[in-house]
Amino acid sequence: MRFFHQVYVIAAKDLRAELRTKEAINAALAFALVILLMFSFAFDPQEETTREISGGLLWIVFAFAGTLVLNRSFAREQPNDCLDALIAAPIPPAALYLGKVAANFLLVLAVEMVSLPVFGIFYNVRWTAQFPELMLVVALGTWALTVIGTFFSALTVNIRLREVMLPMLTYPILVPALMGAMLLTSGLVMGKPIGPESAVWLRLLIGFDAIFTAVSVLLVETVLVG
Amino acid sequence: MRDKIVYALGLAAALVIAWNTYAISQLPDEVQQGAVFKIIFFHVPVAITAMIFAAVALIASVLFLITRKFQFDALAVAVTEVGLAFLAANLVTGSLWGRQIWGIWWTWDARLTSALVCWLLYAGYLMLRRAIEEPTQRATFAAVFSIFAFLDVPIVVFSIKWWRTQHPQPVFWGGGSFPPDWSRHFLYNMLAMVALGVVLAAVRYSQEESQREIDSLRRMAHAF
Repeated sequence: MRFFHQVYVIAAKDLRAELRTKEAINAALAFALVILLMFSFAFDPQEETTREISGGLLWIVFAFAGTLVLNRSFAREQPNDCLDALIAAPIPPAALYLGKVAANFLLVLAVEMVSLPVFGIFYNVRWTAQFPELMLVVALGTWALTVIGTFFSALTVNIRLREVMLPMLTYPILVPALMGAMLLTSGLVMGKPIGPESAVWLRLLIGFDAIFTAVSVLLVETVLVG
Repeated sequence: MRDKIVYALGLAAALVIAWNTYAISQLPDEVQQGAVFKIIFFHVPVAITAMIFAAVALIASVLFLITRKFQFDALAVAVTEVGLAFLAANLVTGSLWGRQIWGIWWTWDARLTSALVCWLLYAGYLMLRRAIEEPTQRATFAAVFSIFAFLDVPIVVFSIKWWRTQHPQPVFWGGGSFPPDWSRHFLYNMLAMVALGVVLAAVRYSQEESQREIDSLRRMAHAF
């Protein structure tokens, strides 16, 4: 119980800091819109073709914009040695990590919730057709993105070329999760319900989330404390 | 002494590969694919060597995190680097074969895509190492990343397999078979490739060790 309270305190602190400055979320939103604009030049924005590849496009937007949020997650703690203070605080590193994951999850989700309707309007995609299922897929995919992203945000915070290293290290690891999320999202947007064939991908997403959440929680102390 | 053994093993491996390459060139062409089929004698052994080295890298990384002995870090980086080179050889030979048989250099088939993702993962490992100055931190973070990468490999392989597959099924476990004398040449190449990998990794390992020694001497010199 105490552990969850600690997670909550860290998450609340991160959200409060972000909502006061809005630096990461504004940048991520603007970036998401720019990529959505660029896509309209990259391919013919016809209704049919767009729907077929909509899952892929959306998750590329989510992954790129999410990286901006995740990059700030630990970098924000660097001025005034806040990170050292957080690590020295009487909470387990896992609580610190999960608190940051929770805050990042909500921030990335917020960016996605704004991009989704914009995408629907720009490209005539009916994303509301199977809303609850779509939200489930978005939540699972975003959890994968934030669990891995936050872990590597902690790992890369002190190293050279931080901004480049984070996506370079996380995207290859995220390949299975992004693939599943893309496939499921495309299907749902095209009006196909999650059938026995695509349920495999849902299971993959859940498994991916479970495995990497467990591994990250297990290894985060090594990364933060050494 | 250790160096001499390593170089002798390297020489032996090179000789076996040279002789075996000649012997393979004397074998008759495969009926359907012709001479290009013989690339399998190189394509598969380098792939298996790369896989073995990825597993060794995982073990070395875990051992480093447990013991904090830098020998394991040196071993991890040595086998990862050599394994990456072998995986690159695997991708290149596969691409050459694909150009002949499929008419294209590359296709986004399951095995090809998985191999490429693995290559990118382990290339990321080496990039990460270059970005960190402090040796203990570098070794720790690299070991953590290596564990993530290795855990990801089976998930990548299975998920991409569900996506689609075009690669020919493995000859050995997938039904097809070699004539006996072909198997012998394959086995020689297999052993020689592993030996070559071990030699290269051993050289890299001693380089890492010397590097660390130089760094610590330099730090001592600065301390005075």
